[in-house]
Amino acid sequence: MKKKWFWFAGLFVALVLAGVVSNFASSSPDGLDAAARQGCTFNADDEITGGTCMAQQEKDHQLGGSPLADYGIKGIDNPYVSTGLAGVAGVLITFAIGGGLFWVARRRTHV
Amino acid sequence: MDVRAMHIANGIVNGPVSAIFAVFAVAALAYCVRRGRADLDERLAPMAGLVAAFIFAVQMLNFQVLPGVSGHLLGGTLAVILVGPWVGALCVSTVLIVQCLLFADGGLTALGLNITNMALLGTAAGYLLVVGLLKVFKNLGATALIASVVSVVVASQGFVLEYALGGTTSLSLSTIAGTMAGVHVLIGIGEGLIAATTVATVARVRPDLVYALRRFRTPAPVEVAA
Repeated sequence: MKKKWFWFAGLFVALVLAGVVSNFASSSPDGLDAAARQGCTFNADDEITGGTCMAQQEKDHQLGGSPLADYGIKGIDNPYVSTGLAGVAGVLITFAIGGGLFWVARRRTHV
Repeated sequence: MDVRAMHIANGIVNGPVSAIFAVFAVAALAYCVRRGRADLDERLAPMAGLVAAFIFAVQMLNFQVLPGVSGHLLGGTLAVILVGPWVGALCVSTVLIVQCLLFADGGLTALGLNITNMALLGTAAGYLLVVGLLKVFKNLGATALIASVVSVVVASQGFVLEYALGGTTSLSLSTIAGTMAGVHVLIGIGEGLIAATTVATVARVRPDLVYALRRFRTPAPVEVAA
């Protein structure tokens, strides 16, 4: 295996996971969210109808209106395309920001 | 398809406690930058960017652990094995900051709480386990699996601590601790399988990029085990 291929392959796998496989992820509440909902009852629209639980105290996100909020792209109606493109954007942004900062912060061998 | 919010939302833990953990997180991350710079060379820096991008991707993949309950990888153990503890904590933090600021996942007020649990506690637990286990086993995959389970449960108990200090509802702490621990054992097994597969793959194609193989193994002249 050529050494350079690793980077392309790694990024490609991340893009496919976030861009395609993400559409097949479970939409059930995750462990934390499930614990937060414990003690309350919910109606068909997922609104709290009674009881006491942590989720009652949840406040809206300050940046909830962001164009990528909730892993979708605002304005794209097809849910698969919206989630997929948001995932691809997230991977590229994370790689660019993370990789960029780590590169800037790296230890120079000859300084 | 709706991808759910996955991290602590605003309002579950009160403002003062959230602020204390935000200060703690900033101080800890600054320390990680200091320690991490010693590790960050021209090979580790791009790997760290890739690890962060990979964790972002895999965090979108919620898997079912119980009827009506899912979970996703947190990534601390995976990051420790591939890029070391200091840079690993920074990788997970990068993901959490991107998710919070761009994807409205994990409250802005709660960012310090989320970083403390997943990037700091989860990574620290993963690190201690990986270092210890690699002295006993030679197998990187089994190490990743066991360390992931412990790391995820520890991260979940970080939330319980934060809730105990500043929870905005009066619910039984032992019930929350029990629920969180039980569910996160299952999530940890899922995370462990993903982490084990990932590190075993990287160790096979580019063992030179696996921090744990370079640094945590006892420096005796042993052969490289699979």
